[in-house]
Amino acid sequence: MTSGADRAERRLAAVLLAPALAVLASVTLYPLAQALVLSLERRVPVFGIDEFVGLRHYAFLLRDPAFANALRVTVVFTVASVALEVILGVAAALALATMRRWRAAGIGLLLLPWCLPGVVTARIFEWLYEPTGWLGIPGRALPALIVADVWRTTPFLALFAYARLISIPPAIGEAAAVDGAGWLATFRTITLPLLAPVLLTAALFRTLDALRAFDLMYVLTGGGPAATTETLTLYAYRHLFQTLQLGLGAAAAVLVLVIVALVAWAHVHALDATEART
Amino acid sequence: MSHRRELLVLLALAVYASPVAWQLLTSITPSEELQQGARLWPSHPTLASYAVVFTQSPLPRALVNSIGIALTTTLLGTVLGTLGAYALARLAVPGRRALVLGILMTTALPAIATVGPLYLTMRALGLRDTWGAVIIAHTSIALPLMLWLMARFLRALPRELEDAAFVDGAGRLQALRHVVVPAAAPGIASAAVVTFLLSWNEFLFAYTFTATEASRTAPVALALFPGVFEIPWADVAAASVLTSAPPILVVALLQRALVRGLLAGGVRE
Repeated sequence: MTSGADRAERRLAAVLLAPALAVLASVTLYPLAQALVLSLERRVPVFGIDEFVGLRHYAFLLRDPAFANALRVTVVFTVASVALEVILGVAAALALATMRRWRAAGIGLLLLPWCLPGVVTARIFEWLYEPTGWLGIPGRALPALIVADVWRTTPFLALFAYARLISIPPAIGEAAAVDGAGWLATFRTITLPLLAPVLLTAALFRTLDALRAFDLMYVLTGGGPAATTETLTLYAYRHLFQTLQLGLGAAAAVLVLVIVALVAWAHVHALDATEART
Repeated sequence: MSHRRELLVLLALAVYASPVAWQLLTSITPSEELQQGARLWPSHPTLASYAVVFTQSPLPRALVNSIGIALTTTLLGTVLGTLGAYALARLAVPGRRALVLGILMTTALPAIATVGPLYLTMRALGLRDTWGAVIIAHTSIALPLMLWLMARFLRALPRELEDAAFVDGAGRLQALRHVVVPAAAPGIASAAVVTFLLSWNEFLFAYTFTATEASRTAPVALALFPGVFEIPWADVAAASVLTSAPPILVVALLQRALVRGLLAGGVRE
């Protein structure tokens, strides 16, 4: 290829990519930079307050018991939801992979809870829990919330794991069976290790989603009762749009971002380790 | 697996999905029966709640808003995403690896990190409470996913397809339009479905950037569904059914394309 054609191709690439990158730069990256700046300011528009305060909001957050509570709720919610989803998802995937005639119907039933808007899921579970009163009881609301989240997101994990399962040649399992391995031994020594990298990736996607989840808890519990279901995202939202302390809210949101980045980084390393072993 | 065990699995999955059906049943149960504790099966099914939702609630307008916003987002995301993905998949893009990695990383960004400044910008630009604000925000969430998925699809297509077109004297753009896009249609369809669902279901941006019936989406209207002293359960159920109908319909019609796309790309929720 001549350098002229090369240059023309590069120009075409720039033209094709420009609109998408312009949207990402102006609607995602620029506001992100603004959020970092905002988190260093004390900005309360209703009182016309706008001053630079440096890291004071971060210092406040690290001492605020409500923030510590939100961090704890977020960790419990994320770890419990993702763990249950992985276990149930693998079980559903194993069941699905053995289906022949009704497989499409099975996948359809799984897609049903997955495709609903989170607000609808919240309304369904609000009605389901209504006779129990759990959503108003401090020790019960968080488990109730976790169950609702597991219900709507297990299908994602199930389909992810299922896709990997059907790509494993059946001959591997049959060979193990010939060698006298039972179902459980086959699952533990063959199926699970083959699934592990995929499960880690799916768990990463789900963890990132659980950390930023908003709709389900906002509608179902609003963070209550007594802040027992207030996640970091709800905490940040409360300061951004309800107490209208934009700088403080932005600082909390930036910390959510830091946690997301740490989790992503840790997962990528875990993934490398798993792939190195297999 | 025997036929009987297969049906048992199907039954278990049906039980799993049953809260959706229960919501449907609740929506056709008269409010008086619900108050008397008849929570499972209506003895006198009625469409009265749907009549209430259609004549006395903001939901009809919200459904129109949602349809307009989700379709526009899908169109924008699909067109811009496919064009950009073609460049990433086939053309010489300087620093492509870093760019793809950056795009992948933006899919992990929590919306809460940008919603504050975006709100201030939308307000300053006079976009608050318009379709435009929600469409722009939704397109920005959909694009990274779209670029990444479509670049994978396009890279998997055989290069010979385009080479044949080049031999016939077609330029890059002509080859893209007449050869690549038709060949990639199944991939484009599945990515479009994912974008539609993403926009229809999104709550944080839609809730924050809207203020009145003029632009509130269906999930936002459902979250704010009016109830003065107690929740009008049957009406809420009817509004829920109406809000879930479009995503369910889209998934039912395009299940094959969607599943293929999900399985190939490993899409986040």
